[in-house]
Amino acid sequence: MQACESNVTKQNPSRGELMERRYLLGNEAIAHGCLESPVDFITGYPGTPSSEVIDLLRILPDAQYYVEWSVNEKVALENALAAAWCGLRSLCTMKHVGLNVAADPLMTSAYTGVTGGLVIMSGDDPFAHSSQNEQDSRCYALFAKIPCLDPGSIQEAHDMMRDAFSLSEQFGLPVIFRPTTRICHSKGDIELGDVAKRARIGEFHRNPQQYVVIPAHTRVLHKKLNEKQAAVKSALVEKGYNHYVVRGPTAVVASGIAATYVQEVLPPDVSFMKIGAYPIDEEWLGEFIRQHEKVLVVEELHPVVEEAVRQVAGCVTVHGKKDGKSPYEGEFSPTAVAAIMKSCGFSPSREFPAAIPVAGLPARPPILCAGCMHRPVFYTMKKVFKDGIFPSDIGCYTLGLQLGAVDTTICMGASVTIGSGISHSGEEREVVATIGDSTFLHTGIPGLLNAVYNRARMVLVILDNRITAMTGHQPNPTTGLNARGESSDPVSLEAICRACGVSFVETVDPYDLVSLTTAMKSARDRPGVKVIIARQPCVITARRAGVRRGRFQVDPETCTACGLCVKFGCPAIERIDEKAFINDLCSGCGVCVQICPSGAIGKEVSR
Amino acid sequence: MKGSYDILMVGIGGQGIILASNILGEACLIEGRSVKGAETHGMAQRGGSVEGHIRIDGTLGPLIPPGTADILIAFDMLEGLRYSHYLAPGGRIILNSHMVIPTSVFMQGAKVPTEQEILDGLAHHPVCSVDADRLAAESGSPLSQNVVMLGAASRFLPLKPESLLEAVGRLVPKKTVEINRKAFEAGRNAGERCQTGNP
Repeated sequence: MQACESNVTKQNPSRGELMERRYLLGNEAIAHGCLESPVDFITGYPGTPSSEVIDLLRILPDAQYYVEWSVNEKVALENALAAAWCGLRSLCTMKHVGLNVAADPLMTSAYTGVTGGLVIMSGDDPFAHSSQNEQDSRCYALFAKIPCLDPGSIQEAHDMMRDAFSLSEQFGLPVIFRPTTRICHSKGDIELGDVAKRARIGEFHRNPQQYVVIPAHTRVLHKKLNEKQAAVKSALVEKGYNHYVVRGPTAVVASGIAATYVQEVLPPDVSFMKIGAYPIDEEWLGEFIRQHEKVLVVEELHPVVEEAVRQVAGCVTVHGKKDGKSPYEGEFSPTAVAAIMKSCGFSPSREFPAAIPVAGLPARPPILCAGCMHRPVFYTMKKVFKDGIFPSDIGCYTLGLQLGAVDTTICMGASVTIGSGISHSGEEREVVATIGDSTFLHTGIPGLLNAVYNRARMVLVILDNRITAMTGHQPNPTTGLNARGESSDPVSLEAICRACGVSFVETVDPYDLVSLTTAMKSARDRPGVKVIIARQPCVITARRAGVRRGRFQVDPETCTACGLCVKFGCPAIERIDEKAFINDLCSGCGVCVQICPSGAIGKEVSR
Repeated sequence: MKGSYDILMVGIGGQGIILASNILGEACLIEGRSVKGAETHGMAQRGGSVEGHIRIDGTLGPLIPPGTADILIAFDMLEGLRYSHYLAPGGRIILNSHMVIPTSVFMQGAKVPTEQEILDGLAHHPVCSVDADRLAAESGSPLSQNVVMLGAASRFLPLKPESLLEAVGRLVPKKTVEINRKAFEAGRNAGERCQTGNP
C-alpha cells in the first residue's frame, strides 16, 4: 500500500510464520485482503465510504489482475459477474446506494451462481456522513438469498475479505461484504498475510441451463438456491463468523462495529453473541437465546439480527429497536450503546460523562473550493433564471445548496428526470438542472434521451470538470485515462447529447461569465431540451497537474465595500473592516474580477 | 478502566490531520503498541470541520467518547473550542494560535468568537498555545504545521520523541524530511515552554 509503506514484522505465535503489522485505513486493509486471496478481476463505481479499495488496488505496480472504474454499479457488477462465470475471483465495489443501481443483476446472479468467487463490497453509511440515505445492505443479501459478511473491526474486515472469495466458491454464490463507514474509514494496527501470486485465466463454459434465465431454467435455479441455504447457515457458524459466550442469565447480541462498542462496555456477567455473517442459523441462535431470561440486540440500521432473534425467542424478553430501546437511525458509539444497555436494565462497565458541546459557534460545513468551476455556473444560473427551479444531482455540486442553486437531489442521474417531470407537471417556471460529467455518464443519459423524445422543456447544465471529484478524483470516460492511468480516448459529451436528440448543445468556459450568461440566455429563449456544457478542470486536479494562474488581490482604495464578491461565496474572499480581502486560497480563476462593479480586483503584484 | 491514551485532533479539511494520524499510528507500531483511530474522509473534507481520533494502546473501537479524551490537538482555534467537550476533566489542549474564519460568517454575517473569547471558553483546561503557522514557515514550509503541532504535543504524549521522529521520517515525502524534522523540533521546543508552566 502506497499510503503506509513502512511496516513492522513480528512472529505470530499462532501461525508460526512472519506476519506484517501496519497501521492502515480500513479500506487499505480490505484491499490487502483482496491481494492475499488473490483477486483476479476488479470493477466498481466510486462512492464514499468504499472508494479507497479500488483507488489503492488500481495504482499498485505489477498488478496481475484486471481493474476498472466502471460507469455505474450495474455495469460494474455485470462485468464482475461475467468474470466470475469465467472462473475468476472477482471483486465489485460500491456504496450502499450503488447496490440499488446494481440490484437487477444482483437478484438473478444468486440464481445463476458463480464459478470463481464473486464478492460485492457495499459500503453502508449509518448517520449518512456522505450519503442520501441510511439503507442497510444486509437486507439485500437476505432478499437475494446470498451470504453477507458484516465485519466488526478492521482486522476482521481484512480477514473476511481475504476469505470471502473461497466462501463464494464453496457455495457457488455471490457474497455481499458490507463494512460501514466506521470500518472503511477507521484505522488500526492490522496483521497482514502474504500477497498471493497465483492469477487465473478466465474461460467461459457454455451452459444455457445456468446462464440463460428463461422461465424453464430459472424455476430450477430458484429451487437450487433455496436448497443451498441450510448449508450456508451452518458453515457461517463453523467458520467462526457467528459465535457466543454464555456468562449469565442475560445476554447482548450485536453485529458489525456495534459489537465492538458493546465489548467496550459489557459487564463481565452478561452473555455475548457476535453476529458477523448472514443468514443466521436459527437453530443455533435459538439454543443461545433460550438459555437466557432477557436479551438485548444492538445493531446499527435495520433490525436484521433482532428480527431473527424475535423469531426464535419464545418467552424470552427481547429488547432492541422494535420496543423503542434502540434507534433505527444514525450511527452508534460506545456512549450510545451504554445508554441503550442502561435503558434495558444492564449496568455498563464504563460510565461516560455528560459532555455538552459549546453552543452558538458558527458552523463550518464543507464548501466548494476556491476557484471551483461549479460556483460561477450557479451564480450565473441564479442571475439568468431568477425564478427558475433547479433540480440537481450527486457530486461536489450538491454543495450549491448553500448558494440557493439546488432545489432537489434524490439519487444519481435524477437531476434531468426530476427536471423533465416538473416540466411536464404544468409548472410554468423555467427548469434548469445541473449534473456532473461522471453522474451524467452514470445514469443521466437515459433521462436526457427520454426528456428530449417526450418533449420536455428544460435546460440541462453538465458541470464537466473531467473527473469524479467528490469521491477522491477517480478518472471517468471524460478524463482520457482509465483506472490504471493508461490513456483512452475521452468521450464527447457533445456527441452524446446530440445523439440523444438535443439540438442546442453549447460548450462554455465557466470562468468566463459573459459567455456563460450568453449561453444561458439563448438556452432560455428556445423550446425543448437545451444542454450547456460548462467545462473547466476540477481546481484540485488542475493544481496537482501544475496549473498556476497567479493570485488576485483587492485594492482597498478602490473597494467600495459593496459585498457583491463576498456574496459569491468563495472561501478565498474574506471581509476585513467591511472591505473585501483575498486570502491565500485564491487559485486565480478570475471570476471575482468580473463580479466586482468597481474594478477593485486585479492580479496580485509580487511584493 | 479505559486502558488507552486518547488523542483527538481537530481542524479543517486540508490541514494534514490524516498524515498526523498516520505518524502517531506509525510511532505506536515502532514501539510495538496497539493503536486504533478514526477520521473524516469524503466530501466533509472540502474545507469543512474535520476530526481524527487516535487511541494509543486501544484494542477495541476507534471512537473516543466525548468527555474522555486525554489530549486535544487543535489545528484551528475555533475548531478547538467546538470539540473541547471531548476532553476529560483536566485534559490538555495543544492549540494552534490561528483561526480561519468560516466562509459562512462572511456570507451570512454569523457571529464568530474572538480569540480571547475562545481562550476564555477553554480556560478550565490547561492550554498550550503554539504559533504553528510561524514555526512551520520558519522550518521551511507552511505545510509542516501538522508536524509542528505533533512536536508540541510530544511533550505530553506517552510515546518516545525518537519514535515520533522516526515515524515522521518514514511518512513525509522524501524531499521534505529535513523540513519536517525541523518543524517537529520547533514544535517540541514550543511544547517545552508549556511543560515548564510559562506558556
